[in-house]
Amino acid sequence: MRKKIQLGVLLLLAVVLVLLPKVSPFFIVFVATEILILGLFATSFNLMFGYCGLLSFGHGAFFGTGAYVAGLLLQHLQWDFIWVLAVAPLAAAVGATLIGWLCVRLNEVYFSMLTLAFGMMVFAIAHQWRSVTGGSDGLAGFPLTEVGIGLDIVLANPFHFYYLTLLIVALSLAAIYLLTISPFGLILRAMRENTERVAFAGIPANRYRLYGFILSGLFSGLAGALFATFSRVAVPEMSHWTQSAEPILMTILGGSQYFFGPLAGAAVFLGLKTLITSYTSEWMIYLGVILLGMVLFLPKGIFGLLERWLGGRT
Amino acid sequence: MTMPFLEVANVTKAFGHFVALRRISLTVREGRTTALIGPNGAGKTTFYNLLSGRLQPSEGTVHFCGRPVSGQPPHKINKMGISRSFQITNIFSELTVLENVLVALIAHLNLGLRFWRIVNRDKKLAARGMEVLERLGLGPLASSRAGTLSYGDKRLLELAIVLATEPKLVLLDEPTAGMTPEETHAVIRLLRSLAAEGKYTFLITEHDMNVVFGLADHIFVFHHGELLAEGTCEEIRAHPEVRAAYLGEEVD
Amino acid sequence: MNLMTAFVAALLNSFDIGILLFIIASGLTIVFGVLGILNFAHGALYMAGAYFLLTLMGTVGMPFWVGVLIAPLGVALLAVLIERFLLRRIYHRHPSFGLLLTFALLLIIDDAVRLIWGSGYHIVEPPQLLRGAASLFGVTYPLYSFFTIGMGILIGIAVWLIFHRTRIGKTVRAAALDPEMAQAVGINVPIVLTVVFGFGAWLAALGGALAAPMRTLGPAMGDTIIIESFIVVVIGGLGSFPGALFGALILGGIHGFGGRWLAEWNIVLPYIGMALVLLWRPEGLMGRR
Repeated sequence: MRKKIQLGVLLLLAVVLVLLPKVSPFFIVFVATEILILGLFATSFNLMFGYCGLLSFGHGAFFGTGAYVAGLLLQHLQWDFIWVLAVAPLAAAVGATLIGWLCVRLNEVYFSMLTLAFGMMVFAIAHQWRSVTGGSDGLAGFPLTEVGIGLDIVLANPFHFYYLTLLIVALSLAAIYLLTISPFGLILRAMRENTERVAFAGIPANRYRLYGFILSGLFSGLAGALFATFSRVAVPEMSHWTQSAEPILMTILGGSQYFFGPLAGAAVFLGLKTLITSYTSEWMIYLGVILLGMVLFLPKGIFGLLERWLGGRT
Repeated sequence: MTMPFLEVANVTKAFGHFVALRRISLTVREGRTTALIGPNGAGKTTFYNLLSGRLQPSEGTVHFCGRPVSGQPPHKINKMGISRSFQITNIFSELTVLENVLVALIAHLNLGLRFWRIVNRDKKLAARGMEVLERLGLGPLASSRAGTLSYGDKRLLELAIVLATEPKLVLLDEPTAGMTPEETHAVIRLLRSLAAEGKYTFLITEHDMNVVFGLADHIFVFHHGELLAEGTCEEIRAHPEVRAAYLGEEVD
Repeated sequence: MNLMTAFVAALLNSFDIGILLFIIASGLTIVFGVLGILNFAHGALYMAGAYFLLTLMGTVGMPFWVGVLIAPLGVALLAVLIERFLLRRIYHRHPSFGLLLTFALLLIIDDAVRLIWGSGYHIVEPPQLLRGAASLFGVTYPLYSFFTIGMGILIGIAVWLIFHRTRIGKTVRAAALDPEMAQAVGINVPIVLTVVFGFGAWLAALGGALAAPMRTLGPAMGDTIIIESFIVVVIGGLGSFPGALFGALILGGIHGFGGRWLAEWNIVLPYIGMALVLLWRPEGLMGRR
């Protein structure tokens, strides 16, 4: 029964997302694109937080790496977009391998602080390496190329870009979902509760954490590459800790214990932001109050609330 | 000459100036249920931590079936065939009972990196997990969340996680601590029948002397970090120093 | 300028930045040591201290010397309310929730400051007595900076004495070490936690009030300080008071000397320092293992 409801909701969501550009104004499509991209970012972040129990404050590093690599490839090499989308996440994954190899040895706030430090190092590199990254102005005005492999998609057309994003994000979420229900996913969930016990059962815990970290970085990089193409810029702020905080907020809003929590959180976050900023520039105070309420009363997020309302208990 | 099963040679563990274990040398024989007793602070848990890789000895070596244990990380020691339980119940309470055992099975069968498989659809894996659970009488609880189990069942689940990795040497740290007399009896019977199967060798620490004398073929007595005595149950019961140091205080 | 005077100037800069950071970060480290919460809103409380002083001197018309005493007390009161009604509910939860809850507070306080005082920049004038500059080994340096360095040293000694030479200090350390045991021997642990959080906030706000005449007040002034304070306490050792001094002086040194000779990479040096310490000794240079 429960499974059927979930499947029904998912199908309904898919239909709505596919039909969205037909029925809603350009502006809504624009926001929806942003939600999809940042929802993917938050979901990949949650692979570490929700599944592994490690709160990263530096995922902007991989988001930014994906964005810059995509920007550089488009600017200098004008590759077909499909190849840009293949290479940029790989670059982020390489970064995640180096950074993760050092970070996964630490726990709790120590892990958070070390990821914060590395995120800010990437920010500093983007900021200082002017000849390549364009310094504080970042990369802007890079051309948009063909998508490649014979697809007749115009990236500059917001509706086309929306559908392309929808496709890529859906495929990525499916891949991440498969990860979470694989034996690997079960080991990650076990490590969230008790890493040492997992090690005593014969799992090289830090190596598994690293694999999780790399995968998380890979998809964060993909989100970054999409975002750079969407916003037509890659700026150092994408790696700043304030950017790293966004997937955290989204995940908490939606519910870190649910696979679609981060995506739902991204929708609520960006929906509220769009709504509130049309009235006032001080939208952070509202966000703060909401976050405060969530942490105190709804630690399981919107999904936890829904579950309580529907009376469903797992 | 056959290879000794577990051989501890001249092991010392110091924390700063405090010496927790001093020049311990002992051999555990395969197939012989062995107990490790001693008053609180005798160094039993430290000794377990050395055997399972949580701590490294300051001096001396530990060999298991001829291979060095000291210097290895916990997951490698587990792969060598030594698996331990914990004094404080150490299960994954958010996972189901079956999933708890599957974690250990996945580790044991090296399936952790099969990214494309789906855990819940793997009938073979589930069957193996159920086998372990049923052996311990936890079969009917397989799909409950582990955190909702009774205390005694949690201890049994802990044992199930240990056994699922099919160890040759099982280190149990006070397996009946906090259990009711009935539960304790059930555990003794269970351990005895497991030992009789001949697959596992148990090394047990225990406060409850009834459990020790009811299970062990061979006993080591630790006192103030030193090996005070060893022998069969009768020898230990009759040992004057042991009586003075330990039994006199606890039993009667 | 010859090397000697450049060196002295860099050294003074290091102390100027470092001692102020020490005042602020010592509050952060004490709160972490006792409550186990890494307070993300600590920088926001620092900012609140500066803005409270601005209003006390401007609208209320108090002299600097009175304002600098009262503003931090106001912030401490606010912190006591925060601890009493919000933080207290999450002590038993996973440590990440402490970080998240205080992050929410940071967002609220940041925007509240923007709403009350506007997004523009403000300046607080130093008191008449401390205007102008003094000369040390041929280097002219603002008199006010000598004042903050002196204040920081005094505060450091006072806090150390409180924690190590008084009954209050003993009580707090007992509560931090083993709350259940402390409760059992008759210590009112909840009150200790409230007082400690208020005291930590007081230190942050005092840092803010003292910094006000040297720095421009703006709504984002807390965001840089909180990250710098994180770096300080991580380098020194989370929860270690001498560590806060040590870490603050190191970070001050990185700014003071790095700012002069490695200006290009000055923004990344603190993070490299923090990362190295975390990898080499996660418990910090002065922390207990």
